[in-house]
Amino acid sequence: MATRKDDHRPDPPTDSTDEQKTDRYQVSRRGFLKGVGGGAVTAAVVKPTAAKAQEMMPKGVSAASITLNVNGETRVVPNVEARATLLDVLRNRLDLTGAKPVCQRASCGGCTVMVDGKTGYSCSMLAMDTEGRHITSVEGLAKGDTLHPVQEAFVEHDALMCGFCTPGFVVSVASLLEHNQDPSLDEIKHAISGNICRCGTYTRIFEAAQTAAKKMRGGM
Amino acid sequence: MAIPWKPASQMTHITKNTTRLDGVVKVTGKAKYAYDMLPDKCLIGRFVTCPHPNARRLSIDTSAAKALPGVKAVWVEGRDIYRFSGDFVAAVAAISDDVADDAVTLIADSITWETLPFVVREDDARQPGAPGAHGGDRSNVREATNENEGDVDAAFADAQAVIEGTWSTQVQTHTSLEPHGMVCEWNDAQDAITVWASTQGVFSVREGIAQAVGLDESKVTVLCDYMGGGFGSKFGSRTEGNVCALLAKDAKQAVKLLLTRKQEQTNTGNRPSSNQWIKAAAKDGKLTAFQTNAFGTGGITGGAGFPTPYLYSVPNRRVKRDDVFINAGNQAAMRAPGHPQGSFAMEGVMDELAYKLGADRIEFRINNDPNATRRAQFRDLAERLDWKNVPKEMNADKGTVKRGWGVGAATWGGGGGGTQAEMDIHQDGSVVVRCGTQDIGTGTRTVVAVVAAEQLSLPIDAIQVNIGNTNFPPSGGSGGSTTCASVAPAIKVTADNALFALFERVADAFDTSPDNLEAFNGSIRTKDDPSNSMSWKDACALLGAEQVSVRGQHEGGLSSSGTAAVCGVELTVDTETGFVRVERAYLIQEAGLIINMLTVESQIIGAVIQGISYALYEDRIMDRMLGHQVNPNMEFYKVLGAPDMPHIEPIMWMTEESLARGVIGIGEPPVVPVAGAVANAVRHACGARVYDLPITPWKVLAALEGANA
Repeated sequence: MATRKDDHRPDPPTDSTDEQKTDRYQVSRRGFLKGVGGGAVTAAVVKPTAAKAQEMMPKGVSAASITLNVNGETRVVPNVEARATLLDVLRNRLDLTGAKPVCQRASCGGCTVMVDGKTGYSCSMLAMDTEGRHITSVEGLAKGDTLHPVQEAFVEHDALMCGFCTPGFVVSVASLLEHNQDPSLDEIKHAISGNICRCGTYTRIFEAAQTAAKKMRGGM
Repeated sequence: MAIPWKPASQMTHITKNTTRLDGVVKVTGKAKYAYDMLPDKCLIGRFVTCPHPNARRLSIDTSAAKALPGVKAVWVEGRDIYRFSGDFVAAVAAISDDVADDAVTLIADSITWETLPFVVREDDARQPGAPGAHGGDRSNVREATNENEGDVDAAFADAQAVIEGTWSTQVQTHTSLEPHGMVCEWNDAQDAITVWASTQGVFSVREGIAQAVGLDESKVTVLCDYMGGGFGSKFGSRTEGNVCALLAKDAKQAVKLLLTRKQEQTNTGNRPSSNQWIKAAAKDGKLTAFQTNAFGTGGITGGAGFPTPYLYSVPNRRVKRDDVFINAGNQAAMRAPGHPQGSFAMEGVMDELAYKLGADRIEFRINNDPNATRRAQFRDLAERLDWKNVPKEMNADKGTVKRGWGVGAATWGGGGGGTQAEMDIHQDGSVVVRCGTQDIGTGTRTVVAVVAAEQLSLPIDAIQVNIGNTNFPPSGGSGGSTTCASVAPAIKVTADNALFALFERVADAFDTSPDNLEAFNGSIRTKDDPSNSMSWKDACALLGAEQVSVRGQHEGGLSSSGTAAVCGVELTVDTETGFVRVERAYLIQEAGLIINMLTVESQIIGAVIQGISYALYEDRIMDRMLGHQVNPNMEFYKVLGAPDMPHIEPIMWMTEESLARGVIGIGEPPVVPVAGAVANAVRHACGARVYDLPITPWKVLAALEGANA
């Protein structure tokens, strides 16, 4: 999985089978940057032309029906190409457009979702690899009309302006608070260090995270 | 003249904190931006770009792309000369992004190019014999300004302090998170087009699209509910919008064409660079002479102007400034165009002269600033920075991590006009406002509700706001910090008109004249007898099925132009690593009558962050050998992130005189003074001046080496 380097949770212990399954795509942001060093710049998920894709594709892998668990619902998505990213499928097949394509290569956090409770860049995960995992996008945080405490605090503190980066930040902060309900300012900064906002809402996001943490601890 | 705003002390919503109307849809991911629209059977558009910094297209063959299953339309740029790497050459619309990508590759492979000599750095472009960015004999240098005032030479001869230096600033890219582009849906039955645009001006998009596809403006509808940042770069339909519309017309269906991140960084504009040799002099605490030879590049189209000596008064001036052309994407307006460049240099000049004169750096500014508001702001800033305890001398800390303080100032015009709006009041009490303006993240949608609720004496959530649509009454583009000062007065006048129209319809029920009615706290009552009152709902019920529906427009006296700001920063410089850490930043901003305190403070915080980012990190880097931008992305074009955040205090200048000026937009000015203040604080901390933005660790170390040599 394209787990973010700023994820605040230690990697869970994995058995060897699980490790084999995920190893191919264990791309941390740091590892990714190392990979593009020396001036060679490639997209995180290389999209070959149709002809080349045919040559490169292992036999038996082409467009297929996949089953995703998104926001607690089982969604069957037919005809997903092997090269489709999770972000593509969420946005273009499931009409979940909260996660945004911004940098398109795992450096800005606009596409952040949770996979099995860990934040990751959906622009750099293949949709097929997320079968059988629990995917939470920003749309899955509110319970009906009741906002998640993080969402409520973002609105209250005006922790957003144009709003394009906001879903990514909301997911990052929600993920942090799921595991640490009393984060220090530095822990908050670390948890969102893989998200970029251009309007400049960071300091208000810090405030929102602190307010939400307090709410979730039952302090207000 | 309009009925004036009521006194701030009597206001319920205006000047207070109101959370964003669209906050909930933005935090839940439900807000649909242009990039999120995917109408039925929507095609995906993609550009073919020029792979050379200066080239002639000798041939192009789109037949293979057209033959590719799933390709529905192809556009080819008419001209054969391309002057920067990344320029748009052709475009396709196809049934999926993968097919579109494949078609782009086929077209790109079909083109034969004649590469031409190029130049991508302004220093190189100014050399004799440099390749012409425009080809042929056309010079790369164009004189833009040549002004003389007073007697500069005499003033230098007579001065007490003279300083000289060359300040320079980098090219900054807007780096909007939502790329430029549109979704255009062609309606074949009606020969009409609907456009979802990521834009700062829906009406300017309508004008451009109508011309591009040859339709009457009445056949073009442009919508923009939400947009992911523009900062000055998203006006008009632009090439990408026109091409999207042409592809949609050609394919007779919807086309979605948003730029890739690389295209966004290279093709959508930037803040031009500057290089400013300056000599300046002072005597008896006053600036006496200012001379500059400067240049900057706005890329291939020029337009790199910036003001110096900026906001300070200097009687004797000689200002010469050139535009330099290079083979790079052209500039576009960016948050206070020109001002940060001018301010960065001029604030450095002020500090250097103050040090040389042995003067207090803030007092020296107050002595030379013609603006009374800013002089008062500087005194306030001195209090907040505890200036009397800030060391006068540079390099006061003995340790390796040294602390410094710096200040800067800004001026801006702004002002309002032009906007119209309409309001309906229904028999069920519901209130609907329509205004064609757009919300670029500044909170314009919320401004509309705040003003309407204030004038009607209703809660904010009683107002339904509809904006971002060219079928609504017209409003100008969101640029020049004019939106709030244009929209808020128009909404006030419209609400006043609607209220009076309501009074005319219901006065009989109060047994009085319309003039004797007023709205008060969710009710309508007679002015002379407050007990003769009816709830808003009951009063509106008297309307019956025909709602009140009126228009209004911006009127004079409700807004002003001209605003002042000052900035102070406290930072540390690690003299072993060269790392600069901004710890605190204060920004004092005049904004006249503040409509929404919460969102105006957000804008100021955001501007300070962008200013620090400009000062320390951002830099468009061109490869002089290959002619391409090295960092057209978001990992190597570095913007300030969460770990770098200082404590930021936005301070609104709320004097009675200022409030009485009416609404003044402030989107731009708070970004202006930050870089100058940061550079001055670095100099104050460690004694080394970094003349060149961004202030990277190696430049700090190099400057320290120079200072200690």
